[in-house]
Amino acid sequence: MEPPVETIRLQPTRGFSRVLAPRELWRYRDLAGQIAVRDITVRYRQTALGGAWAVLQPIGFMVVFSLIFGQVAGVSSNGLPYPLFSLAALVPWTFFANALLLGSDSLVANSALVSKIYFPRIFMPAGVVAAGFVDLGISIVILLIIVFAWGFVPSVAILTLPLLIAIAAMAALGTASFLSAINVRYRDVRYVVPFAIQMWLFITPVVYASSALDEPWRTLSAINPMVGVVEGFRWATLGTGNAPWDLIGVSAAAALVIFAAGLAYFDRVERAFADFV
Amino acid sequence: MSTVAIETHELGKRYTLGLSSRGYGTLREALVEAARKPLRRKGDGRKGDTLWALKELSMTIETGEVVGLIGHNGAGKSTLLKILSRITEPSTGYADVSGRVGSLLEVGTGFHPELTGRENIYLNGAILGMRKTEIRARFDEIVEFAEIERFLDTPVKRYSSGMSVRLAFAVAAHLEPEIMLVDEVLAVGDAAFQRKSLGKMNEVAKEGRTVVFVSHNLAIIQALCTRGILLERGAVVTDAPIDDAINSYLRTLESAASADLLERTDRDTRAYDETLVRQLEIHNPGGTPNVVVAGQPATIAVDVTEQLLGMDCQLTIANSLGQPVCTLDSKVSAPLDVRNGSLGPRIECQIEELPLLPGRYRIDVLVMAKNQIQDGLQAATFFDVEPGLVGERPTAGASSEGNVVLPHVWRLPE
Repeated sequence: MEPPVETIRLQPTRGFSRVLAPRELWRYRDLAGQIAVRDITVRYRQTALGGAWAVLQPIGFMVVFSLIFGQVAGVSSNGLPYPLFSLAALVPWTFFANALLLGSDSLVANSALVSKIYFPRIFMPAGVVAAGFVDLGISIVILLIIVFAWGFVPSVAILTLPLLIAIAAMAALGTASFLSAINVRYRDVRYVVPFAIQMWLFITPVVYASSALDEPWRTLSAINPMVGVVEGFRWATLGTGNAPWDLIGVSAAAALVIFAAGLAYFDRVERAFADFV
Repeated sequence: MSTVAIETHELGKRYTLGLSSRGYGTLREALVEAARKPLRRKGDGRKGDTLWALKELSMTIETGEVVGLIGHNGAGKSTLLKILSRITEPSTGYADVSGRVGSLLEVGTGFHPELTGRENIYLNGAILGMRKTEIRARFDEIVEFAEIERFLDTPVKRYSSGMSVRLAFAVAAHLEPEIMLVDEVLAVGDAAFQRKSLGKMNEVAKEGRTVVFVSHNLAIIQALCTRGILLERGAVVTDAPIDDAINSYLRTLESAASADLLERTDRDTRAYDETLVRQLEIHNPGGTPNVVVAGQPATIAVDVTEQLLGMDCQLTIANSLGQPVCTLDSKVSAPLDVRNGSLGPRIECQIEELPLLPGRYRIDVLVMAKNQIQDGLQAATFFDVEPGLVGERPTAGASSEGNVVLPHVWRLPE
């Protein structure tokens, strides 16, 4: 007996019918895995240093920031050693920044696929974000080694890392899918993104502490989801200070909004990608 | 009992031409546009700038049918395949597709050069819609078909182009969709592999799967398909047994060739259009255009609208079924070639002794300049070859095979 053949009706669609089609995503789940594996494999195979890049980037910034902001400018790090203070923030920040940079270009970089083959397009930016988890995992391990070597011991707060990573990933995927969708129409995005990421770095308390802001601005600043993530990472990995639950809460809510808005926009324009890419 | 595999109902696809010819605009243009919008009355937009690639197209394809889609460039063949394979959405109407669709649109699209052959098989299989378990089950078959056993763990970037094409086709040919969409893929690989691929396609067709086929090679279409659908300007003009459909296509080609070439709209989509082919003809010295004698000198003259720096031209002579006979390419230069600025907007190609058998042929043309394709036309002209002497030997009668006659000399026992 042949299995019953399913009939699909192809017609103009409206509203949110694509990204939010779980059956469709499930049907193509193997592809999602393959794309993430491809992105990881290629990233490490093409480079001489491979996985070391995941670590070198945040560590390089840590050294420079420690010299400039820690030594020369004397930025307050809430009594923590400045290198640790900045590295704990740079690890999630690097994940976020790379996901944004590569994710926003993912549809255009894969234009040959997009214009030739059907698959849920969201897999392109999502694959980039997923591939970033490997780099993030490696750099968290290195961060913890350095934390221990410095004589700090993380508290049970370290168990909140998955939550913080989820916030960062949602914010990254929401923003990256939004940008990648615009990029299909307007290639200007390519030039805007690196610049925007640099700006974003400075409105995020990576080189300074969020306590440098007075209330209510400190809490309000957490509508930038990376504020909660970065302060959360410091608290969770260094095992000191008070739990910044206010920041994490606001940031989680903001990340959810960004995630939903990004996917909604992506969904609306997805059907036309092949006509423009 | 026959069942319906594909049914389209008044399917339409509208493209908005416009903003910028590169296909995507810049943010600046969009912002300017947005700023102007409130000032403009409704409905006063760019109405004239839409193009219907498909228009109210209705047809039914039954399970197990092997259908060839034919038509000029821009007739809507590729758009139809794109809709059926879900790459793009229709603007109006609908298409009901029953069963899994596999598309073979340009082989090797999903390959990544840094990944090994093995990794690419899994990636490409997933891209084409195969489950991991399915790929694993057919892995050996795929490798064997592609003949790449020894290079499985070599990155694809080190493959010869023949190898990657074979691998790509092998992956695609081993997925088992109920409906297979094939766009111009068999024109790749060496002759032996082409035969093998054709055999595979034949097999697929015999297994009772539905195949929709697009190719400019009418001979392949004729060999594989039973039914032909001729599209013109996005609509079905002929839907008939394949021989009839091909004949009616050939008739439209000829009437298009006899019209003013500048009025043709089925030009190469990659073209830059800084210069256009105005006229193309072949003639013997002092002879009538487009009637030439085998074995005589012949000149192909291409008149273009603009003379650009560093122009090149590629002419493909094809027989009446659209099978290429030979390609003449000015980019590959020879000592006797002449470049002369005073020639004006005209390119000439001289053939010393026309080695074609009597029959009807057509010429496809591509004009290049500034490293860009400037214009391209298929079937820019048709011409007839009359019997003559090649190498002082009469061209054989209609019974001879092939299209080409070579000047030759025999040595025979008495």
